[in-house]
Amino acid sequence: MPLYYDDDQAMLADSASQFMAEEGSTKKQLRHWRDRECKDGFGHALWQQFAEMGFTGMLVDEDDGGLGMGQVEANIVLEEIGRNLTPSPFMASSVLAATALKHGSNDLKGRWLPHLISGEKVYSVAIDEGAKHRPERIACKAEKSGNGFKLSGKKDFVVYGASSEMIVVAARTSGSDRDTDGVTLFAVPQDAAGMSHDSVRLVDSSMASHVTFDGVELDGDAVIGEVDGGRAVLDAMLVAGRVGSAAEGVGVARGAMDMTVDYLKQRKQFGKVIGEFQALQHRAAHLYSEVEIARAVTVKAAQLVDGGSEKADLMASVAKAKVAKVAGLAVREGVQMHGGIGMTDEYDIGLYMKRDRALQEFLGDQYYHTGRVAELSGY
Amino acid sequence: MSDSALEAFRTETRAWLEANCPPAMREPVRDEDDVYWGGRNATFKNDAQKAWFEVCRDKGYTVPAWPKDYGGAGLSPAQAKVLREEMTRIGARPPLSSFGIWMLGPALLHFGTEGQKQRFLNEIARGEIRWCQGYSEPGSGSDLVSLQTYGEDKGDHWVVNGQKVWTSYADKADWIFCLVRTDKDNKYQGITFMLYDMASEGVATKPILLISGNSPFCETFFDDVTVPKSYGEDVPAYVGEINRGWDVAKYLLGHEREMISGADGGNTGTIGAALARANGDIDPVLRAELAQFDVDALAYGAMGEKFLDEIKVGKAHPAQPNMMKYAGTELNKRRHELVMAAGGSTALEWDSEETGGGKPSRNWLRTKANSIEGGTSEVMLNVISKRILDLPGA
Repeated sequence: MPLYYDDDQAMLADSASQFMAEEGSTKKQLRHWRDRECKDGFGHALWQQFAEMGFTGMLVDEDDGGLGMGQVEANIVLEEIGRNLTPSPFMASSVLAATALKHGSNDLKGRWLPHLISGEKVYSVAIDEGAKHRPERIACKAEKSGNGFKLSGKKDFVVYGASSEMIVVAARTSGSDRDTDGVTLFAVPQDAAGMSHDSVRLVDSSMASHVTFDGVELDGDAVIGEVDGGRAVLDAMLVAGRVGSAAEGVGVARGAMDMTVDYLKQRKQFGKVIGEFQALQHRAAHLYSEVEIARAVTVKAAQLVDGGSEKADLMASVAKAKVAKVAGLAVREGVQMHGGIGMTDEYDIGLYMKRDRALQEFLGDQYYHTGRVAELSGY
Repeated sequence: MSDSALEAFRTETRAWLEANCPPAMREPVRDEDDVYWGGRNATFKNDAQKAWFEVCRDKGYTVPAWPKDYGGAGLSPAQAKVLREEMTRIGARPPLSSFGIWMLGPALLHFGTEGQKQRFLNEIARGEIRWCQGYSEPGSGSDLVSLQTYGEDKGDHWVVNGQKVWTSYADKADWIFCLVRTDKDNKYQGITFMLYDMASEGVATKPILLISGNSPFCETFFDDVTVPKSYGEDVPAYVGEINRGWDVAKYLLGHEREMISGADGGNTGTIGAALARANGDIDPVLRAELAQFDVDALAYGAMGEKFLDEIKVGKAHPAQPNMMKYAGTELNKRRHELVMAAGGSTALEWDSEETGGGKPSRNWLRTKANSIEGGTSEVMLNVISKRILDLPGA
């Protein structure tokens, strides 16, 4: 498969790009909700528009009422989300929860998918149990209890958790913390007794929860996939999320770079447009090269996911690591080249820096994924 | 061509290679004389090299994608790819290496007259004439267009005076394709792309010893060299038009940059696992650097793939080879820094058997030229700034 978009994908990219630039702009969304201290951190009206555009259920199979598209298509939307810093539950609901629910029973799909596709409800996922992403270790416990389970423990960095009608929780049903097996995924409804959120606003104005499960009673039909065999579902979810957040990171990098290059063409100092200075030109050209490479490997990783390739896991980590490095470079160069105004709240470049920081931690930072590349390569 | 026809071609090619490629030609290239360059004074290292060259020459496989009329095999791009893959599969050495194939050939295919193609392309394909490239001058490296070698117009011939530098294998070449100023008043439109015999009176060469201890490069001097304007009917001694050689040079530089950048995937492999295995106890910080290199190499590999896909359908930005060259050469330099670091004191050995005569250190030193030859990294960044990012005054 060639590493550029086919006609349908190019059309989707056009409409996503136009939609996000118009409806998802920082003025209409990020700044708007931030300045009102919105408790959700995103606008539900926009989420409804996502549904009208056909984005919400794009990864859901056609048999289940979705569009049956793939990672490449989801990445197209995510890159535009990144470019415009559009706050939305797309990653949590339409990529992560949707990927988990693919593995659910028909009952479970029937209960949750229609509301996801219609944009009425928002879902989230709970994976991390600490400040750093370590999905190899799952300590959060679900013990057999009658026909169901009793869930206890704590999860962190549950993005938009408090706004979610349902959270996909990875918990341990047997074995010890570091075992691969013995993990089970559950669809936990918002009104489950014993679940509580400590919701916090993050540096990028998004909302995330520390979630505590205090003996939460769950029916057996809350199980997604097999009991004790949830690792495969978790891995599928992680790969989709990692490749997807690489795409969002590419969008953040491109957004920051475009803004900076435009600025280099306008700002004058010493009687010259600063873009005439070779010191800045070379840094901008280096950044361009890196962003192009990061974009290429992200498209590659998405295609491997869609093709069900064995290499998808490795390339997902390569993409996440590469993008994290490059997006970090893009926002740092962006703020520096903007000079003093880059430090002001009025200019968007600082918002890119904040979003990049949050995105870096999401599903593993560059250090985690670089280490993973070494391990998967056998050293 | 249909998939099944292409598969048939693959089967046929595989059988042909099996029957015709001598086992000794399936070994990795170890020494300089493992590479056959052809030319008037060429000698073969052994019978296997000779047999492999001759059978490929007769089949048109020294230049498989060139038309049959010009000594090629007339393969389609898809067939040429299959041949390349099948050769790679058995580790077959190239039967003939030459600047005629890599550089002059593409220029003649694009700009040459029919007479030039008939004569020069056939000579190149048959390995009869070894070419060298006369571009850089002592004062004109990255700023190539400032070159001063001058050809004075004497009606039916020029008299060429000047000096070239970094002329690869000039001391072994039969002919030179050379950029010569023919109009002193016009910087870009005053250069002619000339072809002439290195045995001409007034041509002298002198090797330049490099830090790697090798010497592929020469200084080349022209002292009143007579260059005729034509070598016969429809065989001008210049490519393109007189005074418009810069167009040809630019076209070729694009080719060269793609080649050096390794856009074909040549230098995009990972190294961490192999170095960790070969060198045992790796420091954790070095291991981290190796992993970072592998991330960058795999990402660059994807970029190379995307670039080639986009070239095929005309989607690539015309200045994209500059970006590939920049990123690829910087990556390759890093690769060899890490090879040296992982190799430790063994990698320092300059002439031991263990290092194959100092391979790691000689290769490491050689790669330092990657970001200089074919346009420096700084020039690549200038081109990206100007032609892709559209920054002013770049």
